[in-house]
Amino acid sequence: MFFTQEGFALTWDYRQLFIDGLVCTVSLSALTVIFGFILALVLAVMRLSNWHPFSFLALDKNGHLREEGFLAALGRFNPVSFIASIYVELFRATPMLVQLFIIYYVVFADIDIPSFKLFGTIRFERFVPGVVALSLNSAAYLSEIIRSGIQSIDGGQTEAARSLGLTQTQNMRFIILPQAIKNILPAIANEFVTIIKESSICYTIGVGEIMYAVASIKGATFRIAEPLVVATAVYFCLTFPTSKIIEHFERKMSVGDKR
Amino acid sequence: MTNDKIIQVKDLKKYYKKGVIKALDGVSVDINRGDVMVVIGPSGSGKSTLLRSLNLLEEPTAGSIIFEGVDITNKKIDINKHRQKMGMVFQHFNLFPHKTILENMILAPVEVKKIPAEQAKAKAMQLLERVGLADRADAYPIQLSGGQKQRIAIVRALCMEPDVMLFDEPTSALDPEMVGEVLDVMKELANEGMTMVVVTHEMGFAREVGNRVLFMADGKLVEEGTPEDIFENPQSERLQDFLSKVL
Repeated sequence: MFFTQEGFALTWDYRQLFIDGLVCTVSLSALTVIFGFILALVLAVMRLSNWHPFSFLALDKNGHLREEGFLAALGRFNPVSFIASIYVELFRATPMLVQLFIIYYVVFADIDIPSFKLFGTIRFERFVPGVVALSLNSAAYLSEIIRSGIQSIDGGQTEAARSLGLTQTQNMRFIILPQAIKNILPAIANEFVTIIKESSICYTIGVGEIMYAVASIKGATFRIAEPLVVATAVYFCLTFPTSKIIEHFERKMSVGDKR
Repeated sequence: MTNDKIIQVKDLKKYYKKGVIKALDGVSVDINRGDVMVVIGPSGSGKSTLLRSLNLLEEPTAGSIIFEGVDITNKKIDINKHRQKMGMVFQHFNLFPHKTILENMILAPVEVKKIPAEQAKAKAMQLLERVGLADRADAYPIQLSGGQKQRIAIVRALCMEPDVMLFDEPTSALDPEMVGEVLDVMKELANEGMTMVVVTHEMGFAREVGNRVLFMADGKLVEEGTPEDIFENPQSERLQDFLSKVL
């Protein structure tokens, strides 16, 4: 038998580790969602920006924009959008584990983080690189979701808003984003659930989340199946309500869709 | 009718693809306060481009637009300030689907003009009353018919108390039986002295309500005159040909 009553009893003795792990996973995911979303918004706005600082180089002697050639390409070049694209491609094309190790072992090698225990259990100096790596990674994915959401809104909406005198920022805030976010909520819910699950990777740098609890219990009791069952259940209890809560908001936001 | 020029369009050009496509090819026209100017012409003639250039939804390639004494094609001016005074009505209504009718109407007055919400609401309800849609104030756009949506779009623009109203084929996307209700609102507006520029295929409206008619073709202003001039006594071959097809 893989599972024994004794094994569950032993796991129960170490329940405090799971509780600590749960607190850590929730904090890790929540902070990642917040920072990741903010960064994603910035990236999406960067990618959709309309800034062409070199356009003056692309003017011909009549003051018209050139259509072809190197100078025309330079005129169309948008450095802000370019940087955002590079960022997104880089983070989507490399493994999360590699990113996490680079952040923890290389980037944070010389950065001194006060080492204390957050909420009495979370080791702060390992927690911070974990949040940073997860946020940077999920921002790449979220920004693509947000970008597609913004682009899916009919151009007539912007025209109507601008013709009423709204600025580009007000148009984004009152007209485009509310509609875009409603459209992309399912995809965002998916990404938030992914963040909760992906946070388990932080166990590899010693962040005391749920998988870390599993490893600790395995070390102490030589049982693996039972702690894993418990971890699975805990993860499910986190992810399932998350997607349900977002589904609720989705319904609430779609009031304008029904006749 | 005064001869106070509210909009002066000077040699306006809009080129695409390095001038291969000339949507507007040097159009000049003055619009006086109180004018109801109807722009007609075959599709692709540049009439919508002209209208959309008036509030700079379309950036002209060359030429200038003087609105109430200010050249709004100048990059240094704050275009949002001037757009507030130009109401615009679109072919596809462009109501905001996530907001109720009332929210659609008070958004710009409250956020742009900083009018207190209560005051904006009162004004909006008054306008809704006028177009007979006060009972739909809390409905969402999707719950309305096309004609109702377009009437809302008109009063939404009126909430900003514009000096001029621009209509971009306001009845082209409507079922035939709904065209009348929208034209009636526009007619009423014209009778109150609102300055209007209307791009339309409704020749009856042009004849009855317009005091000036522009005929455009191939990005150029071909003929201009009173409705009688244009419809009873067309000069150019192009216009005669056009009228023979649409009348």
